[in-house]
Amino acid sequence: MGIEGIGASVVRKEDKRFITGKGRYVDDIKLVGMTHAHFIRSPHPHAKIKGIDASAALKMPGVLAVLNGKELVDDKIGNLICGWMIHSKDGSPMKMGAWPAMAPEVVRFVGQAVAVVIAESKNQARDAAEAVVVDYEELPAVADVKAAIAPGAPQLHPEAPGNQVYDWVIGDEAAVNDAFSKAANVVTMELSNNRLVPNAMEPRAAIADYDAAEEHFTLYTTSQNPHVARLVLSAFYNIAPEHKLRVIAPDVGGGFGSKIYIYPEEMVALWASKKVGRPVKWTGDRTESFLTDAHGRDHVTKAEMAFDKDHKITGLRVKTYANFGGYMSLFSSSVPTYLYATLLSGQYTIPAIHAEVIGVYTNTTPVDAYRGAGRPEASYLLERMMETAARQLKVDPAELRKKNFITQFPHQTPVIMAYDAGDFNASLDAAMKAIDYAGFPSRKAKAKSEGKLRGIGVSCYIEACGIAPSKAVGSLGAGVGLWESAEVRVNPVGTIEVLTGSHSHGQGHETAFAQLVADRLGISINQVQIVHGDTDKVQFGMGTYGSRSAAVGLTAILKAMEKVEAKAKKIAAHQLEASEADIVIEGGEFKVTGTDKKIALPMVALAAYTAHNLPDGMEPGLKESAFYDPSNFTFPAGSYICELEVDPGTGKTTFVNFVAADDFGRLINPMIVEGQVHGGLAQGIGQALLEHAVYDGNGQPVTASFMDYAMPRADDLPSFKLSHTTTLCPGNPLGVKGCGEAGAIGSSAAVINAITDAIGNNALEMPATPDRVWRAMQG
Amino acid sequence: MYQTTYHRASSVDEAASLFAKGSEPKYLAGGHTLLPVMKQRLASPSDVIDIARIKDLIGIEVTGDAVTIRAATTHNDVANSAAVQKAIPALAHLASTIGDPAVRHRGTIGGSLANNDPAADYPAAVLALGATIKTNKRTIAADDFFKGLFTTALDDGEMITAVSFPIPAKGGYSKFPHPASRFALTGVFAVKTKAGDVRVAATGAFQGGVARVGAIEAALKTNWAASALDSVTVSADGLMSDIHAAADYRANLIKVMAQRAVQAAG
Repeated sequence: MGIEGIGASVVRKEDKRFITGKGRYVDDIKLVGMTHAHFIRSPHPHAKIKGIDASAALKMPGVLAVLNGKELVDDKIGNLICGWMIHSKDGSPMKMGAWPAMAPEVVRFVGQAVAVVIAESKNQARDAAEAVVVDYEELPAVADVKAAIAPGAPQLHPEAPGNQVYDWVIGDEAAVNDAFSKAANVVTMELSNNRLVPNAMEPRAAIADYDAAEEHFTLYTTSQNPHVARLVLSAFYNIAPEHKLRVIAPDVGGGFGSKIYIYPEEMVALWASKKVGRPVKWTGDRTESFLTDAHGRDHVTKAEMAFDKDHKITGLRVKTYANFGGYMSLFSSSVPTYLYATLLSGQYTIPAIHAEVIGVYTNTTPVDAYRGAGRPEASYLLERMMETAARQLKVDPAELRKKNFITQFPHQTPVIMAYDAGDFNASLDAAMKAIDYAGFPSRKAKAKSEGKLRGIGVSCYIEACGIAPSKAVGSLGAGVGLWESAEVRVNPVGTIEVLTGSHSHGQGHETAFAQLVADRLGISINQVQIVHGDTDKVQFGMGTYGSRSAAVGLTAILKAMEKVEAKAKKIAAHQLEASEADIVIEGGEFKVTGTDKKIALPMVALAAYTAHNLPDGMEPGLKESAFYDPSNFTFPAGSYICELEVDPGTGKTTFVNFVAADDFGRLINPMIVEGQVHGGLAQGIGQALLEHAVYDGNGQPVTASFMDYAMPRADDLPSFKLSHTTTLCPGNPLGVKGCGEAGAIGSSAAVINAITDAIGNNALEMPATPDRVWRAMQG
Repeated sequence: MYQTTYHRASSVDEAASLFAKGSEPKYLAGGHTLLPVMKQRLASPSDVIDIARIKDLIGIEVTGDAVTIRAATTHNDVANSAAVQKAIPALAHLASTIGDPAVRHRGTIGGSLANNDPAADYPAAVLALGATIKTNKRTIAADDFFKGLFTTALDDGEMITAVSFPIPAKGGYSKFPHPASRFALTGVFAVKTKAGDVRVAATGAFQGGVARVGAIEAALKTNWAASALDSVTVSADGLMSDIHAAADYRANLIKVMAQRAVQAAG
């Protein structure tokens, strides 16, 4: 590797603009004639809309329009879609009610939009919104997943009787029953996985600009995948055909999944822009983020694990209730099914697994993929089970895991996934060494003598990233392909533009992707520009989520680079009168191996564009593109160990040490990887100790601001000790696996296992607030 | 935010006179409560009268008997005052635990007391130390000042100008911060006065706002030691209960924070 090549901790190019306030986010953009939208949202979790009277608002200063859901339906704007079809065990397709972008008749969660005011200024729109009178007839509401499927519960959608979206199963039930009938030991747990609010630093925003003369829309939006947004807006929402809709996602301040989806506000902004004939801007405030960004997690699960007399796992039975909220968000259906239950084998050889997942409507904000998406839920479940089993079987938790680790690859699990590579012993050994696992008992005894309760907790996670291949996900119900595209343009002066369908909203693509090009050609990353986030510039792309950008997006760039290099070598060979096979690329030059003959990249590029002296029949120019569809998921895995102390007086947790040993395959930029792991760990620890989106029994959100919703802060977190063990991913030429979600997937269980170890009571749910821990200590 | 008229007063009298002229006026000090609720359109004062830059309202004076803090003095200034740290270290410590650095550089003692948030830190110090609240009209004893949630003895337009804290023999503050807001989930200020009296006040715990804790005071009066509270039971009656702390947990916190306050007081 060079100093800016693959494996180098290059300082991020994009940070100069971010840390000097020069980032360009949607809210920074001002268009001539721009108007402002303010949404009127339901204060009720469930109600009929009997009427909307906007007559007073329409007379107020600066008001251009007050639009409602009925008009939206009248204009044949499509309902929001759920893009992954799941079939219930009886073969029936999932049962969904319609989700119009603004409710025409019934609202089903607090914060659902019912109307929008368009005005000259943001404040005028807000003033007028207060003058709009919405006549609601309140209906009984239900927020809890178990309450929602109980007989007599309030019903949300007539299409989904009993509020049940689907009852899906995976695995071999008979084999699992057989395993349990022969089991020497059975471990049973009931667990919940707490609902979270993503809380990206930048709230969602949209600016829609309709050009009547061209019948063309431009949408600036906070999106992780602008091409998918354009596709869905065109194909399903009847906004405009694709060639008449440009979607731009400029700098985006964090997504964590919540900006994958195409939300009502973008749709309404586009529609309203055409209605009023002016650009329309909407920027959400933090309360709107809490109420309308897709939430994450929210499972209630019963799990049983069977062991033989040698403590080998023989079977796993899981039944999970997944709370989807009031409507089915874009990829919500896939999260508790194909992104969750397919990971229930974890790092272990489990001969038989059966999982049943019941998807449920409730009067809450819709739930969808959030950093990890299904995999944190699977990992938390399994790793609490393993720790609990070790305690029940009276064996060391690390030893029990090692006894059951998968050691031969490839490994076919009973739940679809075929793990391609890994070394689970290596990462657990590294983590145990880093935290001095063997020395823990004496540390615990010392802490006890000082009146403190010390605990240690292990979590060994595996995840499936780079979600793919398209053919496979298509067969499982996905409505999209999951490849990526790239285009490499060598300019006539030898600088390079890389167009990628991946989208960076904090990931550092402008640096990491440039490192690949720098590595291949032996040039500086400053000669490389990464272009993304604009459907007019990049032909197509699937965007960034599921830790897929390095494994899929960067591989697409590699494929395009290989084509560029092949053509450039032909040109160089022609110019140098050498054989193409003898050309090597080093330090930005094309050299004839074994001679001093060489030609610099800019001269090759210039030759390609002047076309004065190219090989016979060669087209001018130096630009290539590639579409890359992987052959399999990638499987990042690792071990996290947490050591902490619990204050016996208050139940408060204080970290002593937190070590992470991850296997992400090849690292492109270790510094960026480290940052990703830190952020993921913060979110996983936040889930374990602090974060919880709570609704009261009537469906009113209790935690709709940072005064009540506890986000982790620096002093809530330990200093992390990170390390890596490496098995290269055989599924892509770079050997990369993905690192964006691991921390959030693996860390929660380590924290809870450590607390329950410290207090000697396993009956503890997330978030393990001091109150809950104190209560568990009372017995 | 609704439209409002902003005034910057240069004296207490000017501020009071601006207040008298407004239809629905509000004093603005650090603004850490008023401005967020105005942004959320939950408050719509006709006039906002900024008193944070009135020179007479800023400063700390320490005598042999008392620490007097003028009303617009920031938490940061109190936390970092060498004189306060020496005279009543628990008071400086309390100020250092309020919010975060941004809050501490803006928020003021007068604003905190006039607002009387049931989970604010300063009311515990004022009540436990038996401070005197000075206003532009009179002085009010701590025991007469706090009148329930967000309610005080202040008349409409009456402005706190300073708070005078008697220097105790011993004093300690221990706070269990709310995990989200960092207000006091429960905070206890324990004081042994120079006359030998014991006063203990808890904030963040009671439904009615800051209050003294008789059971703790009685035990400490007999024996000023954390261990004296081992057998004390604090009743959960009248305590707040929410998703972060149920009433019985707060009752436990009152006791544990009181023990730690006594330990800190020495």
